[in-house]
Amino acid sequence: MKNNGGMSIIVKRITRITVSLIFLFGVYIMLHGHLSPGGGFAGGVIIALSFIHLVLAFGKDFAFRYFNKTLAFFLEGLGGILFLVISLLGIFIGGIFFLNFLPKGSPFNLFSSGIILASNFAIFLKVGAGLFSIFIALSLYRLSEKE
Amino acid sequence: MIELYIILILMIIAAMASIYIEDLLSSVIALGAVGFGITLAFLFLKAPDLAITQLVVEILSLIILIKATIKSNRDINKEKNYISYIFLASFFIIAFLYFGYKAISELPKFGFPITKVSSFYIREGLNKTKAVNLVSSIILDFRAYDTLGEAIVLFTSVVGVLSVLRRNNEK
Repeated sequence: MKNNGGMSIIVKRITRITVSLIFLFGVYIMLHGHLSPGGGFAGGVIIALSFIHLVLAFGKDFAFRYFNKTLAFFLEGLGGILFLVISLLGIFIGGIFFLNFLPKGSPFNLFSSGIILASNFAIFLKVGAGLFSIFIALSLYRLSEKE
Repeated sequence: MIELYIILILMIIAAMASIYIEDLLSSVIALGAVGFGITLAFLFLKAPDLAITQLVVEILSLIILIKATIKSNRDINKEKNYISYIFLASFFIIAFLYFGYKAISELPKFGFPITKVSSFYIREGLNKTKAVNLVSSIILDFRAYDTLGEAIVLFTSVVGVLSVLRRNNEK
């Protein structure tokens, strides 16, 4: 990690294979949060870890070329607002905060359990974008400190 | 049950090692051993949700701590004022043991919790929410207000970190 070009060629080749698998595993953990252990928080952290994996392997130049700061902040705010909207829609529809107003379906199906799936998705967006922005901010701070 | 006590003893040893080791990177690695010990303890107590979350958060915090300490190897100045250290340490250990004993003797016995409210969740959780994972149905339906507070805590911490580091960030 002397230059900012990242690690060796072996790490880069293996990262190209594994990073999509880690991303898919995070999405799986989030989507099956109401069926198996996991949920939005764990899935979001796994997504953030997959992007951090990419930044660590390919270096800071690669990260700054493709990382969009505005998009990460937008996704983080979108997740928080989506969770609030889900909670407030319960008041408008049934008069109870966090009312489970969506159709519940039958157990053991992917699209079941009403607002739990939507809330998992909102928390997933929020945690993934938020933790990745914290990591990027800390790396940027170290880079500007050295110069 | 015996494996849980073995893990707890290993975690105590790792925590003491992370304090007494002088190299910062070795100290961070010993701290990671404590976190993975917590993961194993959650698995032995049959809480896979908490184990997954603890594992991924531990990896994230280890990456950040290693990136922070891998370049800087500061010398720890050792002071020789041992007597005040021993006095303070023994005072805090005695106070902690006394209040810990008073608090723990009030708790229900380990493995036999008082389930007044949560027995309702266990009985009616599947019928009311149709979610198979009972933990998910509690944190996102019955107790979703707590999860909203947790999301606000995370949002506040992200905004705090980004605003503290903003001036170096913008250039």
